[in-house]
Amino acid sequence: MADISLGGEPRAVDGIQSSYMAQVQRRRLYGGLTLLIFVVLMAAGFNVADSRNAGGFWDGLHQIGDYPAEVLSEAWEKRADLPGLIAKYFPALVETINIAAVSTLIGAIGGLFLSLLGTRGLAKWPRLIPLFRRISDIMRAVPEIVIALVLIFVLGGGPVPAIIAIAIHTAGALGKMFSEVAENADLKPVEGLASTGATWSQRMLLGVLPQVAPNYLSYSLLRFEINIRASAILGFVGAGGIGYELRNAMGWGAGRFDDAAAIFILLFGTIVFFDQVSSRYRNRLTEGQGQ
Amino acid sequence: MLTIDALSKRFGENTAVDAANISVDKPTMIGIIGRSGAGKSTLLRMVNRLSDASSGTITFEGEEISALRGAAKRDWQSRCAMIFQQFNLVPRMDVVSNVLHGTLNKRSTFATMFNLYPQSDIHKAIEILDRLGIAEQAPKRAEALSGGQQQRVAIARALMQDPKIILADEPIASLDPMNAQVVMQALRRIHEEDGRMVIANLHTLDTARRYCDRVIGMRDGRIVFDGTPEQLTTGVARDIYGAGADFSEAATSTEIETLDRAEVREAEAYV
Repeated sequence: MADISLGGEPRAVDGIQSSYMAQVQRRRLYGGLTLLIFVVLMAAGFNVADSRNAGGFWDGLHQIGDYPAEVLSEAWEKRADLPGLIAKYFPALVETINIAAVSTLIGAIGGLFLSLLGTRGLAKWPRLIPLFRRISDIMRAVPEIVIALVLIFVLGGGPVPAIIAIAIHTAGALGKMFSEVAENADLKPVEGLASTGATWSQRMLLGVLPQVAPNYLSYSLLRFEINIRASAILGFVGAGGIGYELRNAMGWGAGRFDDAAAIFILLFGTIVFFDQVSSRYRNRLTEGQGQ
Repeated sequence: MLTIDALSKRFGENTAVDAANISVDKPTMIGIIGRSGAGKSTLLRMVNRLSDASSGTITFEGEEISALRGAAKRDWQSRCAMIFQQFNLVPRMDVVSNVLHGTLNKRSTFATMFNLYPQSDIHKAIEILDRLGIAEQAPKRAEALSGGQQQRVAIARALMQDPKIILADEPIASLDPMNAQVVMQALRRIHEEDGRMVIANLHTLDTARRYCDRVIGMRDGRIVFDGTPEQLTTGVARDIYGAGADFSEAATSTEIETLDRAEVREAEAYV
């Protein structure tokens, strides 16, 4: 048994070789067909999209650099004003970041409850798990901008509609991510706490949260980054913040491309800054536990 | 043939390998022994160029290996196969594909993506598997195999590279005694029949004694012994392992036969 057969029966090897070759041929055939179908669908889909396009993809392609070139050249001519403009738009940036921070916080709390109530083994009312899951699906499915537009119509422009819109979407998205983490949590501490007569909220607070907190925080920080972008975009529809200023500045022919450049610099710097900070914290939370 | 000259590896404050000198003039089966953390793995990984040396040189047949970069370095890695303790196969791919990975250095990424290995290579891979006694496992996924079988697939991948040197980093540390014997015999046969150089890190003395022509002992990054298995006395072994007088070779044995020896029974009586 410990011996290695060096010769073996040549026929057996031939059989294995030919059956494996047949398998390889089949796999290559399937792979080639899949590739062919993919290429055909891509080409057909592109042609349909291009024919319905108002301008035409190929006609517009060479103009793709025109707008950035104009912004850059105009901003370069008035480069002396840039520091002043950056200072001018900084309060608007703070407003955008505040919208993102508040909505992330509210959304994370909402997501926490949705996730705990919608996870098998943890839910307070197991029969209602599908209900909470569908609620978080709906919150996730409706784009922020749609909720914001409706709310601006009802409540008027400003940061509050943006906060509510982003918080709703965040709660749905984080509820999904959180419940995936919670599914993998160890249920033994929960059972131990239940044996002492602890209530549901005590069991969750002491038995589940310590296990999942690093992952929850890490997802929330990721969401915060996404929400900064979302809150800047919502400014376009009148929710205040730096997005509103950007929309006013970036229109063609308004002669305010230096303002637009300053806002782009601020946005880019902010996103890089928070990306760096949060990735550092996320690494610490997920890898460097207990150090 | 292979010359390692004053090779060192430092990780910050720690020195993992401290000025190692090894010279090999003909294909030999070499066993490197020592405690865990003695620098055995680091040494092998530097020879394969998986990690870079802090100082010193490695020369193979007149070519300075330690200075190679880019494609030349990968070409060296294809000539110097490595076998790992945890096998390091791709678990979800079938056995033959894993063996064919030995030819990756000669294939473009495009050909690899569409699984376009030549028929001759596929046949050769199955012949190598047959030589190692696991041809029947060819179409299975690597993860479905037992540890001993997976290690033989890893050896087959190494042989597919048609290397001059085979480096084996603790090849049997994850295996039971029976499979350990099969794997060590396979390595020995490759050495004897193909004339390839084999350098194996081993954690048990008797394996090194039984299968190797030359034994190198490492302790705290330094080479403290280099000689034939006969020169490796119990006293030398105690030095290598930093053990006291209660050290017995049989106590570290993974061979089945040694279990019958009286001294093991005594050792077990102490425990």
